[in-house]
Amino acid sequence: MGATILELRGVSAHYGRIQSLRQISLRVDEGEIVSIIGANGAGKSTTLMTVCGIVKASEGDILYQGASIRDVSPDRLPGMGLCQVPEGRRIFPRLSVSENLEMGAFFRRDADGVKKDMSLAFRLFPVLYERRTQKGGTLSGGEQQMLAIARALMSRPKMLLLDEPSLGLSPLISQHIFKIIKDINEQQGTTILLVEQNANIALSLADRGYVLETGRVVMEDKAERLRANPEIKKAYLGG
Amino acid sequence: MTRGSRVWMLFALAMGWLFLLLWPLLGIHPDGSLTFAEAFSVWWKIALAALFGFVIHRLSRAGVFDVVTRPLSRLTQGVGRVYASSPKWMFLVPLLAFALTYPFFTDRYAQDVAVNVLVYICLGLGLNVVVGLCGLLDLGYIAFYGVGAYTYALLSIHYGLSFWLSLPVCAALAAVAGCLIGYPTLRMRGDYLAIVTLGFGEIVRIVINNWMSLTNGPNGILGIAPPSIIVPAMKDGVLVMETVVMRQLSYMYYIILGLAVFTVVAVRRLNFSRIGRAWEAIREDETAAELMGVNTFRFKLLAYAMGAVFGGLAGAFFAARMRFVSPESFTFIESAMVLAMVVLGGLGSIPGVILGALALVALPEVFRQFELYRMLVFGGVMAVMMLVRPEGLWPAARMGKRSDDEG
Repeated sequence: MGATILELRGVSAHYGRIQSLRQISLRVDEGEIVSIIGANGAGKSTTLMTVCGIVKASEGDILYQGASIRDVSPDRLPGMGLCQVPEGRRIFPRLSVSENLEMGAFFRRDADGVKKDMSLAFRLFPVLYERRTQKGGTLSGGEQQMLAIARALMSRPKMLLLDEPSLGLSPLISQHIFKIIKDINEQQGTTILLVEQNANIALSLADRGYVLETGRVVMEDKAERLRANPEIKKAYLGG
Repeated sequence: MTRGSRVWMLFALAMGWLFLLLWPLLGIHPDGSLTFAEAFSVWWKIALAALFGFVIHRLSRAGVFDVVTRPLSRLTQGVGRVYASSPKWMFLVPLLAFALTYPFFTDRYAQDVAVNVLVYICLGLGLNVVVGLCGLLDLGYIAFYGVGAYTYALLSIHYGLSFWLSLPVCAALAAVAGCLIGYPTLRMRGDYLAIVTLGFGEIVRIVINNWMSLTNGPNGILGIAPPSIIVPAMKDGVLVMETVVMRQLSYMYYIILGLAVFTVVAVRRLNFSRIGRAWEAIREDETAAELMGVNTFRFKLLAYAMGAVFGGLAGAFFAARMRFVSPESFTFIESAMVLAMVVLGGLGSIPGVILGALALVALPEVFRQFELYRMLVFGGVMAVMMLVRPEGLWPAARMGKRSDDEG
């Protein structure tokens, strides 16, 4: 494990007058996979949106590679190597698959490098190559998730934020997606912060985990220890 | 009950319902008397027409017309294939030749309509940048047209500035107006933005209407100079520069044709650039675009300003051609018209917008002898079009060609 790449220090966030994050503190080291698990409305997605600056932190600080990104505009983060695969995939439905991928490399000016990364993405997801001229919206759910991940990879991220990649996918396809996530982490050394409802898979993949409840971090530990914890077993792992 | 008879039952029910709607409109008189004759005399005409259409529809569903429609659809498919496989200039060159020679074989009236169509093409393409590419619903677009028109009118009246020198000023001022309106409003999304732009369009018109000392209010500004060009000519054997004032309509036609071609080329270049891609991403999903590194605010403001530039240029031409401007040329109905052209033609599609402008300006002229029913037919056609071809006359093709050319 390397140095700390992302750190949240007492971060709170509000939607209007409703507080959704209450002084969250967490830390991700370089090369790690860290999972955030929790029930609906616990603040998992908000945490990621706050890191990216789409939701503004009302309190606390967010450090990326040692510098505060609390006041950095969201559109500058991909250029700094921090990219999110948002919840519900949010691909561009009426752009073609390859145009979607091009959008992932929007801030990059090196056309040759982009082209190389595009063929790399197609090697990682052969099904996307077959569908490269199709509109993004015509893909199946699993393919759209692959497209969303591939799109984020086009920015050559040092750190990837993944929000519920298994949402609405069959168990078989989810497993395939998670295997790819593991591969990205191991082969490209990309640090991954993973938000998941499916705690079982998320914790089997991760090095460490955080448990969120109503906007608070209630537990943090090594992933295998969390999996063995009787309380976690009862609440999130189905007995 | 069989399926066939149920369809006819529904048809009868619909006609009965129509009569129930029609009768209170025509059968109840101010003095309280009730009659059925008027309503019935209108109803049976509509019912007969509907019956005719319905029978045709049923027959075509049953395949009676296949003898005609099969070869026809094969023909259109063949034409489409030929169009796709042959180079674009094969169609553009004859089209341009037709446009260039148009004043030589048409009369004043036809040229007048053509000038109108071209003005609306410029406006439609400008609005297309905002609505079609960037996905921002703008209901006050005509304000930029007004800014352009009044800019040239005032420059011409007070400073005697020529049309050509005024064009960049008009474009720049329209862009500034676009930014002024865009800056506070672009943080809003969807319906809210539409309402605010509607309000801003009205504000511009009302300011023009009431700022008597600058704009002469509802009386408008008279005596705007027409464009002129300087051409070399021989006079008594000496080469002199002569100023030709372009009063004639055919000159006007060429100026607006030039502006329209410029607009088409500019919008096309924007569409296929990095900027155009960013606009489309914003249209598709603003948050996702931002997460991918698009500065959404800056690009939205740019879309607004670029759209305003084309509106401003068209406005300057409008002032030069009419040689008179007044606030009533810039009402909401004009914004609605331009928006209708963009939507009817096909959002984000350049040939679509051109077709839309042609349809909404030229067709009402063609049907001028049916004056009384013109707007009725117009409304009906619009409704049917949106049902039959919701993507527009010429939908925008996906232009995912750049990365696929090699593959």
